[in-house]
Amino acid sequence: MQDFGQAFSLAFALVFSGDADLLEIIVLSLKVSLTAVGLSCAIGLPLGAGLAISRFPGRGVVLVVVNALMGLPPVVVGLMVYLTLSNAGPFGWLQLLYSPSAMIIAQTVLITPIIAALSTQVISDLHAEYAEQFRSLSVSPRHAVTALLWDARFSLMTVALAGFGRAVAEVGAVIIVGGNINHLTRVMTTAIALETSKGDLALALALGIVLMTIALVVTAMVMTMRRTATAYAYA
Amino acid sequence: MPMLEAQAGTLHTMAVNRTQPGATMPLAVRGLVLDANGTRLLGPLDLTLSHGSLSVLMGPNGAGKSLLLRLLHGMIKPTSGEITWAGEPLNDDHRRRQAMVFQTPVLLRRSVAANIDFVLKQRGAAKYATRSGVLEKVGLQDKARQPARLLSGGEQQRLALARALATEPEVLFLDEPTASLDPASVLMIEEIVRAAQDQGTKVIFVTHDVGQARRLADEVIFLHRGHVLERTAAAQFFDTPNSHEAGEFLAGRIVL
Repeated sequence: MQDFGQAFSLAFALVFSGDADLLEIIVLSLKVSLTAVGLSCAIGLPLGAGLAISRFPGRGVVLVVVNALMGLPPVVVGLMVYLTLSNAGPFGWLQLLYSPSAMIIAQTVLITPIIAALSTQVISDLHAEYAEQFRSLSVSPRHAVTALLWDARFSLMTVALAGFGRAVAEVGAVIIVGGNINHLTRVMTTAIALETSKGDLALALALGIVLMTIALVVTAMVMTMRRTATAYAYA
Repeated sequence: MPMLEAQAGTLHTMAVNRTQPGATMPLAVRGLVLDANGTRLLGPLDLTLSHGSLSVLMGPNGAGKSLLLRLLHGMIKPTSGEITWAGEPLNDDHRRRQAMVFQTPVLLRRSVAANIDFVLKQRGAAKYATRSGVLEKVGLQDKARQPARLLSGGEQQRLALARALATEPEVLFLDEPTASLDPASVLMIEEIVRAAQDQGTKVIFVTHDVGQARRLADEVIFLHRGHVLERTAAAQFFDTPNSHEAGEFLAGRIVL
């Protein structure tokens, strides 16, 4: 166990030395979370837009469910995906457990409801403004969804970044389905948990610094996007 | 005004490609009624409009002008009664031959040009020449690349009008499009609307501005409390209206 001062100086040294193990963990984290965000957007954005503009019996229930799923505990998601991908599960034959693919699936399940619920709100607000004009122009539902997604692009990028923030920072799901295997499924959050429990605070802190930096960069990107959108009256 | 003459010229060129002006006319309204929460908002109302004249719907606030326009355009469904275009109930084909400009323009969060392209693509005809022709017609060709929502109020309404005209409508509904605009913008919009009418588009224009109705109307349909009180040729309406309420309205007195 190092003292705090020693741990911090070692952590900064690790970050700036470009340590290979550290880089491997960071790259895998980003790869897993960015892929999960991409998949979640591909599913969640059309789903959210569809929910925003459609009216059908039971829509209220669907909205409640999607919103409730936003608060899914990562460990529960991890457990569900584990059961599904384990040898006894329906997708055991894919042999994906303890692989980055399993981690991507878990994070996708975790953040798709977030993307869908937040985009439903964003698109609903925009649709309220456009609906009458679209009806007048006889715009088909498919074209309306495409147009709404494009016109809400700045707000939706913020939604995607919120999803990324959630994915890259969670530990419960990826540790269950990934197993925190060195050089294979070890990502920033699982490594922090492991190194802290081992007492190797330097590596844990170094990864924590990187995570915090990513959070700062994401926030700066959100603010820049909002400013750009406002400047062009596209917000 | 040379610019407006040039715009009218462009309009003429576009109108040549139009599919049979007046093919969806006449418009016939029979026993039209609109109720909401047990309150009669409009009707019963009978009306026939034909091609060839610029019809202005006038009346005090709450008379039902905008509601009637939305009913005719199929934006809302009547409680009872029927609306037929060329003898047929309103269908999608009729809707595609109509366009509407609202009091507050709803512009997409895109450039001026992209707003026009959006409707052209909807109609399967995204051509640069068409877009630039339409923008030239409303005097916005120099602002094609600007964000649409950064235009002034008058420019935004002209863009909304250009977008409507880009669909080459046979019927153009305008719901107080110049309310709260500056006089120069009002004049430009009136010139564009008049040019569209002259080139074969049936214009149905809602306004409560007497001066504007006097400048534009070929005929005036005066509404009061959800009923058509009179339908009179403009030449007669402004001097000798048939109804007492229209007379009071034209005299600037408050009509309840």
